[in-house]
Amino acid sequence: MKKRFLALVLAVLMTAALCACGGGKSPAAQPTDTPNGSAGEKALGGEITVGIAADLDTSLDPHVSSSSAGTREVLFNIYEGLLKPDTDGNLIPAIAEDYTVNETADTYTYKLRDGVRFHNGKTVTVGDVVYSLTRAAGLETGEPLVAELKGIASVEAPDDKTVVVKLKAPDAEFNAYMYASIIPEGSDPAAEAVGTGPFRFVSRTPQDNVVLEKFADYWGEGAILDKVTLKVIPDGQTMVMSLRSGAIDMAERLSSSQIADLNELTILEGSSNIIQALYLNNDFEPFRDIRVRQALCYAIDKHAVIDLAADGHGIPVGSSMISSMGKYVVPELVDYYKPDVEKAKALLKEAGYEKLSFSITVPSSMPAHVDAAQVIVEQLRAAGIDASINLVEWATWYDETYKGRKFEATVVGMDTHSLAASGCLARFQSENSKNFINFSNADYDETYLKALATVDEAEQTALFKQCETILTEQAANVYIQDAASFVAMQKDVGGYQFYPALYIMDLSTMYRVK
Amino acid sequence: MQYVVKKTGVLIATLLLVSLFAFLAFEIIPGDPTTMLLGSDYTPERAEALRESMGLNRNVFARYLSWLAAFLRGDMGTSYSYAMPVHEVLRGKLGVTAVLSVMSWVLVTALSLPLGVALVRYQNKPFGKIGVSVNQILMAVPPFFLGILLTYLFGLLLKAFTPGKFIPFEESVPRCLGYLFFPALAISIPKAAKTVKLLRNAILSEMKRDYVLTAYSHGNSRWMVIKHHVFRNALLPVVTYLAMSLADIVASSIIVEQVFVVPGLGRLLVASISNRDYPVALCIVVMIASVVVVMNYLADILTQTIDPRVRLS
Repeated sequence: MKKRFLALVLAVLMTAALCACGGGKSPAAQPTDTPNGSAGEKALGGEITVGIAADLDTSLDPHVSSSSAGTREVLFNIYEGLLKPDTDGNLIPAIAEDYTVNETADTYTYKLRDGVRFHNGKTVTVGDVVYSLTRAAGLETGEPLVAELKGIASVEAPDDKTVVVKLKAPDAEFNAYMYASIIPEGSDPAAEAVGTGPFRFVSRTPQDNVVLEKFADYWGEGAILDKVTLKVIPDGQTMVMSLRSGAIDMAERLSSSQIADLNELTILEGSSNIIQALYLNNDFEPFRDIRVRQALCYAIDKHAVIDLAADGHGIPVGSSMISSMGKYVVPELVDYYKPDVEKAKALLKEAGYEKLSFSITVPSSMPAHVDAAQVIVEQLRAAGIDASINLVEWATWYDETYKGRKFEATVVGMDTHSLAASGCLARFQSENSKNFINFSNADYDETYLKALATVDEAEQTALFKQCETILTEQAANVYIQDAASFVAMQKDVGGYQFYPALYIMDLSTMYRVK
Repeated sequence: MQYVVKKTGVLIATLLLVSLFAFLAFEIIPGDPTTMLLGSDYTPERAEALRESMGLNRNVFARYLSWLAAFLRGDMGTSYSYAMPVHEVLRGKLGVTAVLSVMSWVLVTALSLPLGVALVRYQNKPFGKIGVSVNQILMAVPPFFLGILLTYLFGLLLKAFTPGKFIPFEESVPRCLGYLFFPALAISIPKAAKTVKLLRNAILSEMKRDYVLTAYSHGNSRWMVIKHHVFRNALLPVVTYLAMSLADIVASSIIVEQVFVVPGLGRLLVASISNRDYPVALCIVVMIASVVVVMNYLADILTQTIDPRVRLS
């Protein structure tokens, strides 16, 4: 009896294994022999599966999800603002058809586009726009949900096609924040995600997937694909395996080591639009001394960090400005501090910190930063500085390092929410809530505020550049690079577009090759 | 009977303690659920208001007691991260992990019993000698690593399945089981190797007992002695071990799920801990602890039932 039972169990298991052999073969064999994705012909419709490294945030409220860039880049497909960025780094009209700015740059007038619909079928009205901006700017509660909008004094709709935004103080860059999503009047986006974007939200399964579908009534060209499934795959090696097996069609923000195994796929290289740096807590006793901070800058060779930790992919930076922000970038700052171990030692001696030791806090889920931190530790050792790496979970990093500012140094990447220079620079004002490095410099604060209030573009750009220069001269942080990002796609998928400056995944242009 | 009552009491006390410790552990680790919910821009007042509304400002024991009371009524609370009832977050995932665990357990049993006996039967043949060494090695391989090996071998080289493309039950039951077969194999190989070793040793030590001599004197061959007399006695420690190993299997399936992108409890547990989503994490921890404790309990009762010598009182 026992024997027969065992035989039965074995037989069942064998059959299960054989079924798997039959079932799995066809999808896995497919990617190798199809034509090149970028050159192939677009097919209308179809669906793709995209691997994402982290599940989306709790709430899909576009006004509060400012915490995670991964959520924002998905919401970009669901929501739109009055204006939206394009791939050349310009702002193009979206829900607004046109806009005018008064001479003093404190009143912005937007004219609504006709026939823009929400995913629930309703047409966008001025009421929706006023509701959305009032909510995002916190005009009723006094607390802006989108920090960049705190300069709004009032939002009014003089007629049913026009919205007038009045600012508390002149801000020539204000349009850059008008990506703020428009949602239906009176709606709670935390409960249901309704926007006007080319895709509509269908469903999500925690820690597994998010499903988006094409929005047929989109006002513009709209999406090519009918359906996109975003699959959550937090483990980097598993992501590579899933790309190789064909289980997912695309993944972005891969590292150079991840793409090494993906020869059979289309690989695109672009910038991830984050400033990776050894961010220093300027309030940590030794780092209060500018000489110590400068010593660190001399001790660290950013080019070597990029070569060793990122296989040479990445754009070296010298200040807090994303490298694709064109006119705002100051190239001279990149090599402001030439690697010089002796100079570093001399500066430390002068400051009285010959035996400097500190810890570098790094979120363990971010291999690119962990790798960079390891190279940095070795370089610092050569200059006689004893740095140690303290790996923490993301939640702990966020809570203690970022919010609590209880750290000595940390290696992470900072992104920007807007196409305005202020997106990169606002956080270094002394009193800014995001100034987690406790940088405090009166000169910087003054120059920054002056830049914001300047209407003349050339003059304003010069002032922002001056801010960047102050950050570098003051050695606020040890700047490393604008990190590279790789996108891997199966050969039968095309249409991925990189956006300058912003952290965006535009699914509307993606397609299947016929 | 008294034994069962006593054991049941210990079982309940253990479960209560486990849930209390899990609750306290989440108090101690740094990180606050409210900061994860509020994003990067918020005022202390808003955080305070949220803490108040989530009931996080109450005494930890008061919170534990109200959690326990709700849990016993079947109300597992609301997930912080997903703003939905915990049972809805767990729906589907629990089944996947359960099927994977049971499948692995069946594989362990099906592989280890015949192999364990065979290793004794061919003890002095090359098969037996090589088998023991290979078994020793397999025992030491972590399931996570085996999972990576299996995905490369069966997934990428032999294309027996598509790694990362899990097929849900609703779509096709045989194909779902076909996919789960590979993670189950990764989980069960080291476990089976341990069981084989245990069974082999048990049989060999039984062989030295007096009744074996008697059996030989009746004219039985060695194989007949093993088959009819020794096997059943040697099975006793193995049964206990197998019953208890189900708990271990649940734990390793949580790790192996990550390698095979199986949407089970594993990733949810990891994510809920790093997002400080305590209601979900606590629920999973308590469920796993329950499996461990209940399996231990059943193993105790089972041994007692099988072997009259263990029967106490």
